[in-house]
Amino acid sequence: MTTAFKSSRRDFLKASALTGGGLVIGFTLPGAQRFAEAATEFKPNAFLRVGTDNRITVIVGLSEMGQGVLTAIPQIVAEELDADWSRVRVEQAPADEAYANPLFHTQATGGSRSVNGHWDPMRNAGAAARQMLVAAAAQSWKADASDCRTEKGVVIHKSGKKLTYGQLAARAAKLPVPKEPKLKDPSQFKIIGQSVKRLDTPLKVNGSGKYGMDVRLPGMLTAVIAHPPVLGGKAVKVDDSQAKKVKGVRQVIQIPQGVAVLADGYWQAKKGRDALVIQWDDGPNASLSSEGVTKMLTAGVQQEGKVARNEGNVASVSAAQNVAAIYEAPYLAHACMEPMNCTASVTKDSVEIWVGTQSQGPNQGILSHVASVDPKKVKVNTMLLGGGFGRRFAPDFTIAATVLSKISGKPVKLVYSREDDMHGYFYRPASVTRFVAGLDANHNPVSFHARVASPSIMEGSGFMKLPPDGVDSFGVEGVKDVPYDFPNLRVEYSRQEPGVQVWFWRSVGHSQNIFFSESFVDELAHAAGKDPFEFRRNLLGKAPRHKGVLELVAEKAEWSKPLPQGVHRGIAVAQSFGSYVAEVAEVSIGSDGTPKVHRVVAAVDCGYVVNPEIVKRQVESAIAYGLTAALYGRITFKGGVVEQNNFDSYRMLRMSEMPKVEVHILKSTEHPSGMGEPGLPPLAPAMTAAIFKATGKRIRKLPINPDELKA
Amino acid sequence: MVTLNVNGKTVKVDADPDTPILWALRDSLGLTGTKFGCGMALCGACTVHLNGEPIRSCSTPISAAAGKKITTIEAMHASKVGKAIQAAWVKHDVPQCGYCQSGQIMSAVALLASNPKPNDADIDAAMSGNVCRCGTYNQIRAAIKDAAASLKA
Repeated sequence: MTTAFKSSRRDFLKASALTGGGLVIGFTLPGAQRFAEAATEFKPNAFLRVGTDNRITVIVGLSEMGQGVLTAIPQIVAEELDADWSRVRVEQAPADEAYANPLFHTQATGGSRSVNGHWDPMRNAGAAARQMLVAAAAQSWKADASDCRTEKGVVIHKSGKKLTYGQLAARAAKLPVPKEPKLKDPSQFKIIGQSVKRLDTPLKVNGSGKYGMDVRLPGMLTAVIAHPPVLGGKAVKVDDSQAKKVKGVRQVIQIPQGVAVLADGYWQAKKGRDALVIQWDDGPNASLSSEGVTKMLTAGVQQEGKVARNEGNVASVSAAQNVAAIYEAPYLAHACMEPMNCTASVTKDSVEIWVGTQSQGPNQGILSHVASVDPKKVKVNTMLLGGGFGRRFAPDFTIAATVLSKISGKPVKLVYSREDDMHGYFYRPASVTRFVAGLDANHNPVSFHARVASPSIMEGSGFMKLPPDGVDSFGVEGVKDVPYDFPNLRVEYSRQEPGVQVWFWRSVGHSQNIFFSESFVDELAHAAGKDPFEFRRNLLGKAPRHKGVLELVAEKAEWSKPLPQGVHRGIAVAQSFGSYVAEVAEVSIGSDGTPKVHRVVAAVDCGYVVNPEIVKRQVESAIAYGLTAALYGRITFKGGVVEQNNFDSYRMLRMSEMPKVEVHILKSTEHPSGMGEPGLPPLAPAMTAAIFKATGKRIRKLPINPDELKA
Repeated sequence: MVTLNVNGKTVKVDADPDTPILWALRDSLGLTGTKFGCGMALCGACTVHLNGEPIRSCSTPISAAAGKKITTIEAMHASKVGKAIQAAWVKHDVPQCGYCQSGQIMSAVALLASNPKPNDADIDAAMSGNVCRCGTYNQIRAAIKDAAASLKA
């Protein structure tokens, strides 16, 4: 997504200039009280404040959706600041270019890029402040800065004299911001690398944390939209006479997204919507069916596609044995626990929204167009996100809320029902991939040829365009970058557009492509008569980090040790978002064919680790998310209508189905890479490889159909 | 007007009797700790106690609460079991996105109130109606056991 966003970017040092005019920060952690500001504060940059009371406030422009960013980012700042962690608080930043992710060039949270992208700027922010506090101490002691050191929020002179950061704040505030502050040697890290407690937990156990859904403004109306049952459909005739009779219903407004009922509260709005009589024109997608989608994608892999990668010449290889398979994955909904919602208040020249969003920067641009105001006049209050997984990168709900507030002249909270959320499109694309590989007489792979057919997220997202080579990088990630030594290798991409809006879904293309490619590699190992772990290991000579996690997981899962009767292991390894994860799944099959995952052992290499416990929890979370999809996830269409409505027809993993998870982190000094997503891709192929061992049946289509696994 | 008893206080709510308790709490009374997840009693995010029993407030009308006591997440600190569960949740850093956690806590408190020493099967049975999309189930299980142990001590 790097090239996606063109909003102008200010780097960290320019951002510090902001503080000259006094950065206005009017927003705090959703649900928390704004911390009393000391009379004199030291605000060296947009990312932190040092109060005269020794309190350190780290201001985070990223969105907290469970991944722990409101803890990990303060840890990085506090480390270089040499802060006393017990005095560190976190505050949610407003939308401002100062908070742009350097990897996105806009303020946004996604792509497992928060720690990765903000690592250097946050270290610089903390280090610059520390250097200024040291300079302030040296100045007041008339001493040399090089004779001063820092520890836990205190500057200490070699003579033993001490001044706290709070005592130094006023003086430090008058000093120039160093352009290239000296960073710590990582061997000196004391806060980075520690499993400190999450700063957002207390708010999340007593009901006080504020999510978008919890926003209440004076005079606010709640809106529920009757969306067209078929995407692209339009209301041609609306009878709102009964809806308007519902107590509490104030307005009915037809907008391009559908027919909105605005009422005093959600229940009245929903009752109003239920009373609408609407005649829909279903539009061009009226005949969309899942059978049609499968047919289109399957035909797509039969023809030559755009070349994503080509090494050697797969056509010239004469193999002793050929292995071929076709894999398929369905559309998926994100199903965040908090249905999409946004509260908007629009005036003639401004927009203010309160929302759980992953895309503050893009929203400023988009909503400025929607409401015809200056982008700087779009104020975004980032609330806690009840799950994101990519869904909250989309602007459908912010746009609709803004339109409704503009038309109604009132603050409007737009709430999607669960069914609206499920029918909201923005799905993980369905995909079909065809593989053909050759083994030589010694059972070594000599060729690997993959063709992926799927819709384009790049084009569908509206944020970017397909590059000139015609290959959607999200479409092929996880297949194109197979790490194994295949002397002849060709990967092609065939764009197919059944007409469904597609979107980023936790781990994006890797979510299905690693299932495809790692399952097929398991097939090759089987065809070669080799152990799937050894087969992979022998082909990873040029991929040391893949090999590192693969070997670690095999060791920790005791790969070669026998398991109890009926339990079988499968293994898979993948790189995504710069992080390397290998997983071993231990699976048994019930008499009704239902697979049960007992335990997953994971090994992770994500470079420097900021908070090991948060990394482990993210892997566990991604495993649960991937397991849910492997067992149940499927959005299907009939007559253009989505067949899943709520959690009864789009099932979620429940407590009794959750495997034990064991996560091992490889010690690494590489630049940190993200961990919100990379735990997901290896789960399905590891699990289905175990199912193959248990049953001899190869799962090539998700979700798993237990009927096919009955003994 | 419907009269309700919420967290020990008698309150009047200007809503139709068919209004789910969830929306009376959230929209009329401003108690937003109880969450809306599915509207069909399928996910447990809206769990509150009605006379101490866990119920799905999204599918229980306020008319069914007449003369009964509604207890929400906002009052959990006031009960011994509630306090122990919240402390265990903090100790284990259970929440990720946190949206389902009010409901998880309400179900867990009801479990411990009726069964001070639940085994894994008891926990599965009591908690299987509460969905967590972040997959915090193992931490929830550990926290429930921890809270049970702390109450026994």
